[in-house]
Amino acid sequence: MVKEIERAGIPVVHMCTVTPISMTVGANRIVPTIAIPHPLGNPALSKEDEYALRKKLVTRALEALSTEVEDQTIFEV
Amino acid sequence: MSYRVVHYINQFFANIGGEEMAHVAPELREGFVGPGLAFNQSWKGEAEIVATVVCGDSHFAEHEKEAQEQILAWVKELNPDLFIAGPAFNAGRYGYACATIANAVKEQLGIKVLTGMYEENPGADLKDKILIVPTANSAAGMRKAAPAMAKLALKLMKGEKLGASCEDNYMPNGIRVNFFEKERGSKRAVKMLLNKLADKPFVTEYPMPSFDRVAPNPAVKDLSKATIALCTSGGIVPKGNPDHIESSSASHYGEYSIAGVEALCEATHETAHGGYDPVYANADANRVLPVDVMREFEREGKIGKLHDLFYTTVGNGTAVASAKKFAAEYAQKLLQAGVNAVIMTST
Repeated sequence: MVKEIERAGIPVVHMCTVTPISMTVGANRIVPTIAIPHPLGNPALSKEDEYALRKKLVTRALEALSTEVEDQTIFEV
Repeated sequence: MSYRVVHYINQFFANIGGEEMAHVAPELREGFVGPGLAFNQSWKGEAEIVATVVCGDSHFAEHEKEAQEQILAWVKELNPDLFIAGPAFNAGRYGYACATIANAVKEQLGIKVLTGMYEENPGADLKDKILIVPTANSAAGMRKAAPAMAKLALKLMKGEKLGASCEDNYMPNGIRVNFFEKERGSKRAVKMLLNKLADKPFVTEYPMPSFDRVAPNPAVKDLSKATIALCTSGGIVPKGNPDHIESSSASHYGEYSIAGVEALCEATHETAHGGYDPVYANADANRVLPVDVMREFEREGKIGKLHDLFYTTVGNGTAVASAKKFAAEYAQKLLQAGVNAVIMTST
């Protein structure tokens, strides 16, 4: 799906836990996330800490979208 | 004396449980478990599963290094004639685990390996490195897959010469072998052309590689003026799943408004995805679709606007062709709506 969005001309960042799969499907901007059932959260944390974690991840995704890339790039958090 | 085999399977095929048990760490069991029985039966005593490694799919994906080290240590100790994994059909994480662990066993221990899965499984990406038997896309294909894998496995253990991928039933691995054709090239080419003109089936002798890669688009220049949309394959839908998006092999996607929504919550949103433990996403869907954080960024002016609609489907055993079609369609809607960038989340 990321590839089709990219093909349409819209920059897209893929946030996912299993980044090798993201590489296989051809995402160009990739941000690794926490875990499969809760990519952008961690139920073990307090509500405040979990929100801060999500904010950090989405901030990284926005950085990825505003960074020029020439090839598939993983933006480590 | 029969050949000794170690088998790798996931929590589901070991009868431990479904997604709610996908976190279980690797364990070693003596003898065969679950689908191992079908291998043993096919081998008729010539080979036998001496031990089975069981590992949760999410555990392997999230703790790959540790899981791999543990499994390699066990396999090294057992020193089997062959390591066989799966078959994984179209289960993405399982296929990835099967291919990755088989490749590690081959590379690091020098033991022969074999796995099986559906051609579109992301694990099949390793087909140039390890032998992978193509299977159907669901476990309903076990009856065909098990004997096919068992047959090739026995051939490997006996050290017999491997035929071409179409003869010995494995995914083409890019290795070419020289041989003499019965008919000369010009004659074969003319035959192929005649068949093609007559709409009859023909097989190319040199398939073109299909590298379907899309070059990255330029970066967003000014986030504070950009409209950003959220999309997901994690199955987030309004409570009650109004459009009945299937929990696996989704046949459609959903388009839902989040205009004026400050954050997703248990009362309004849930996941329709049947391929991961839904407890965490149902309790707080922002963990998959981060509406709450995006709203804060919108208020702060860090981004121009969060797009009013989000697009969602269930990426669980969903055909690549379907996913492609969904996104190609909603990408046009995003374009028309003036969306500048997309955040896609996957589980």
